[in-house]
This record gives sequence, structure tokens and C-alpha cells, in this order.
Amino acid sequence: MIDATVSKTILFSTTQEYSNPIDKEIGPPSKLCGTAKQDRLKIPVCADIMNSLGEPKMFNLFSRRRFITVVTAVSLLPVLGAASMADDKIKVAGIHASPVENAWNSRIHEALQSAADDGLIEYVWSEGVSGTDYARAMREYAEQGVDLIWGESYAVENEARQVAQDYPDVAFLMGSSGGPSGDNFGVFGTRNHEAAYLAGMLAGSISETNTFGSVGGYPIPEVNLLINAFRDGVSEVNPNAEFLNAFIGTWFDPPKAKEAAIAQIDAGADIIFGERIGTADGAKERGVLAVGSLIDYTERYPDTVFANAIWNYRPTVEAIVADIKADKPVGKDYTEFSFMKYGGNDIIFVSEKLPPNAIATMEAKRQAIKDGSFEVPINPDEPS
Amino acid sequence: MMEALDIFTTASLWGAVLRIATPLIFGTLGALICERSGVLNLGIEGIMTLGAMVAWMTVYQGGDLWTGLAVAAFCGGMFGLLHAFLTVPLGLSQHVTGLGITLFASSLTYFVYRLSLPVSSSPPTIEPFQPLAIPGLSDIPFLGEALFSQTAPTYLAILAAAVTAWVLAKTPLGLAVRMTGENPHAVEAQGLNPIRIRIGAIVVGSALMAVGGAFLTTATFNSFFPTMVQGRGWVCIALVVFASWQPGKALLGALLFALFDAYQLRLQHVVEGGVPYQLFLMVPYVLSIVALIVMSRRARVPNALMAPYRRGER
Repeated sequence: MIDATVSKTILFSTTQEYSNPIDKEIGPPSKLCGTAKQDRLKIPVCADIMNSLGEPKMFNLFSRRRFITVVTAVSLLPVLGAASMADDKIKVAGIHASPVENAWNSRIHEALQSAADDGLIEYVWSEGVSGTDYARAMREYAEQGVDLIWGESYAVENEARQVAQDYPDVAFLMGSSGGPSGDNFGVFGTRNHEAAYLAGMLAGSISETNTFGSVGGYPIPEVNLLINAFRDGVSEVNPNAEFLNAFIGTWFDPPKAKEAAIAQIDAGADIIFGERIGTADGAKERGVLAVGSLIDYTERYPDTVFANAIWNYRPTVEAIVADIKADKPVGKDYTEFSFMKYGGNDIIFVSEKLPPNAIATMEAKRQAIKDGSFEVPINPDEPS
Repeated sequence: MMEALDIFTTASLWGAVLRIATPLIFGTLGALICERSGVLNLGIEGIMTLGAMVAWMTVYQGGDLWTGLAVAAFCGGMFGLLHAFLTVPLGLSQHVTGLGITLFASSLTYFVYRLSLPVSSSPPTIEPFQPLAIPGLSDIPFLGEALFSQTAPTYLAILAAAVTAWVLAKTPLGLAVRMTGENPHAVEAQGLNPIRIRIGAIVVGSALMAVGGAFLTTATFNSFFPTMVQGRGWVCIALVVFASWQPGKALLGALLFALFDAYQLRLQHVVEGGVPYQLFLMVPYVLSIVALIVMSRRARVPNALMAPYRRGER
């Protein structure tokens, strides 16, 4: 153990000499995050944010900060060694392109965090990492010796695959529009369309105007198939349904999503499927109902949201962790673990707001999806 | 086709126009005041983000909504003071300083927000400003719903436009600000201090920008997201040019831009079949460029805009 510590220290101090100081600057604080329970410790988290916000370019400042971080890191290395000897947890680094409040990232962040709390993995993370910085962050975590890098390669498909090639011993799991590559670059898609279909069945049975709205960010396949599944669910129980849809051209503008929802409500919609946060606020203001997506919005909008198509990422985490532990190649598509039969998505609804027979019909369909006798169609075409 | 035109006769559209316009009105007025004194303030995007967070956080920590707006205005003013210090007495590049302020303010906002609150999947909420019914006026059909069922800050924005127009056009203070933007040497010759006037104008303008950002988290929405300003600040900078540096036209420009935006959100579900949604999203920007071409032919740029004033230098 002592040997390991010493060699780590030497490695560390020698790489300091020739490598890009910006890269090395960021190494140690993230490493600290990994060993401590970083969700309760504020300082390492802030170090991570500092990274993602842009690196200081002042070199005099640099050397002092570098000195401090090096000293801290070295003094903590024995602790680190002891911790890593104690168990064989998979070390996971999450690189989030958005702030982790973003609904999609929050599901993954929560799943990884809970896996860490249950002792399945160790979890370190960075957030708000821009596309230009993304490959750098990946390399850095790979250099630090994590076992699995979780990320989203939508904007950096080529670079991310290049990094994976350069670090064949590290497993990669990326949210991606492309397929897996090599032995170590796995991908996953977001699939909570089955739950959206079920939510659509509930919505279809309680609408008074038979007009259904939906607000999306961009018409990418993962968003389209969700809105289409919701509509299919509505149509199954309500053949007279009419649909409205708007894309707001941004992932992160709640006031705009709210305005889009209000526009649809004023055009007659009385149930809004909110792919984006802010949509339900429009429904709340106009006193109509809304369906949430990805996360459970019931608590936030108790009188507005009656059903949520939630996405559970834990099955995906468990699947890839099992593969890594069994030394299996992870260069495959993990999308299936988002399906309902694996518990990857499900519906949460408020039964008091719904007629019992609608719930019964929906539950029957839910069972059929789980046992495989019904398959929710996947339609990635842009809804009109 | 008729359906597309019918949208204009709905009260819903006009109500949305005022809501969407409010942050733009505050931001445009703020940028306009800075520029009338001769200083471009590209810190607007960051100052709006800061205002959004600070106002929200004040209310979240138990403050009053109006206290939230006041704290946002104060913090915006402080960042204005920083911008003013760098660009007026030191005479640094206004473009570079402004962008620096934007990066600094938005990063600091993110940083403070993350340190103050634990990470959660759904950010915490506050009770935002509710629509304020004006007795009598709100009951008028159509107009009542469109114009007189807004939140208090929206009325404040329109009031701010009127006050700014009046101060700039009719008061000695306004004359001094305008003159500083045209010819600071003449101001000095009159025994006034152009440096102080510029600093004051930037502080006041930045405070207004921050209130514009605060509207997003205390009235239209009830949570803060680090990236929620979404370029509204840059729209304001363009609107100042559109308004040819006149507060009245600034109000008009903000309303017009909001009209295009509210219209496209409704057009998206009226026009059937095959029209890419991106075309609708483009509408506000394309129409703004067209309007800019029409309006700016007679624009009067403040003569000393972006020219640092150094005492005794000719």
C-alpha cells in the first residue's frame, strides 16, 4: 500500500512538469471529490464548478493554487489508498453537459448518487461542461483511473469515441444518437415512451375539450417518440382527440415553455404534455391539467399534474456495473434497460383525480407492456 | 390563412405580448440609459442572470417579492459600478469589459447558487407575483384580459419607460446625460463632471437590467435555472439600436419583438402540415431585422458612444 502511494505521488509530480498546467490544475480537486462523500462536502463540489465555468488563465495565480492542490492531494493520498484497498467498488465519473437540475441529467445524477449511497459504486461528477471542453474532461477522469465514465456525447460524437479508443481500459457509457463502438464505448437512449403512452391513456379519458397540447425542446428522435407515444395512448381511448404541439428551440427556457403551454390552452387544449419544465406552470396558471415527463412533478404542481412518465436510470447503471465486474465488453447499446420490463420507466399518477375504470384500463395495458404482449410503437417522426 | 390572422384578435395573444415583453423593456431601458451617456454595456446578459438569481434567492430565504427586486437592482447596480469603473475612469475597451462582466456575473451566479442550495432534481420554488387585477379596468372585455391582468412588475416596466422618457427629455439631469453621450467636453465646459454622470447612468441602467432578469424568476416562473436568461440581454442590445436610442421607441420595439414571439408560438399549432418549426422560431428575429432596417435609417447614434472621455484630452 505504501508503495502504491509513493508511486502515485511520483507519477503525479512528474506529470506536473510537462503536461498542460490547465489540465493538471483540475485533476486533484476532482479526485478529492471521489473519495469523500462529495454530496455533503461543499468545497470539492465548488472546485468542480470552477472547472466547468472556465479556467483562469493567470499563471502567477496558477502556480500558487497548483501548489495548494498538490499539497492537499499528496497529503490525502494515503487515505485514498486505504479507501481503495478496502473495497472493489466501481469508480464512476459523470460528466454532465448541463447543470444537474436539468430534468434529464437529474434522473441520471440521482440514479448514480443512489447507487453510490447503496455502496454499489463510487461517484464523482462535473456539470455544465461545454462541448469544447468535453473531451478534455473525459480524458482527465480517464487519467485519474476511474473505471467507468458516464456522459452525453450528442454534441461530441467523434471526439468522445476518440477518447474511448485512447483509453481501452476505461468503460464509457454515453447518451448518444449513434451506435456503440469498440469494446468499451457503450451507448444508451432515453425511453420513457411506454409510460408516456399510459399517461396518454389516462389523459384521453378525462379531457373535456378532447384537445391535447405538448411542448418540446427540439424535435430530436428521443423527444418526438415521447410525444408520439403520448398521442398514441390518447388516441387508443379517445378517437376524437385533436393535438397541438410546439417546439421552443431551447432546452432551458421555462418562461418560454410556459408561454407555449398558455398559447395551446387558449387554443382549447385542456391537458398538456410537458416535455419541458415550465409547461405545467402554464397549465397551473390557466387551471387545466398537465402530464409530467422524466421526473415526478406531482409534488411541485399538486393540483395540476395528475400523471408523470418517469424515467428510471438505475437499471442501466446496474447493468453496466454488472458487465464491468464480469469483465464483459461494454461496447453495446444499453437502451433496453430503460424499457418498462426492466423497470426503466414507469407511470406515477394521482388516483384521486382519475375515474377508476380509466385506471383499470391503463393498468391492464401496463401489465401487457411488462409481460411483452403489447409493444408501444416507437415513432421518431416530428409531430406536427 | 384566416386562422393565422385570427390569432391577432385573441386577448390571449396580447396578454402574452406584455408578459414576454416585460424583461425586454427593463433590459432595453437599462442598456439605453447606459448608451445615452456614451457607454455600451454588454454586461447585460450576465447582469440579468445575476438579477434573476438574487431576486429569487432573496424571496426563497424569506424576503418579500419587492425586497427581492430591490436587492436584484442593488446587485445589478454594483456590477454596473464595476463596469463603469473599468470603462469610464480607466477608459478600457467597452466591448471587452462588457463581455467580461457577462461571463463573470453569470459564472458567479452559478457558483453562488450551487453553493447555497443542495442539488435537487426539481429546483425549489417560491410564490411568485400574481396577476394584479385593476378594479374596473380588468372587467372590460378583451382589453381587461389583455392589458389589465398582468403582474405588478409589468406595470412597473411601462411606468419605467415613461419615467425614463420624461427624465431624459425634460429634466436637467436628462439633458446632462444626453449631452455626456454627445459631447463630454461640452459637459465639462458647463462645469459638470462627465465621469460622474456616466458612472451614475451605468449604475442606474444596470439596476434596471437586473430587475428585468428578476422578472423571470419572480413573476413568469418561480424557480431559478443558471442558464434561463437565454439571450434576452442580447436582444435588448439590438432593441436599443432599433429604438434609435429613444425610450418610447424602445418600449415599442420590446412590445413588437414580444408580439412576434407570442405570435409564432400560436402559429406553430395553427399552420398545418410540413412547415418546419424552425421557421416559426425564426419569425421574431427575421421580422426584427426587417424592422431594424426600416427604423434605423433615421437612427441617431449618440456621438460619443464608445469613446472614452479623458479629461483635458482633445
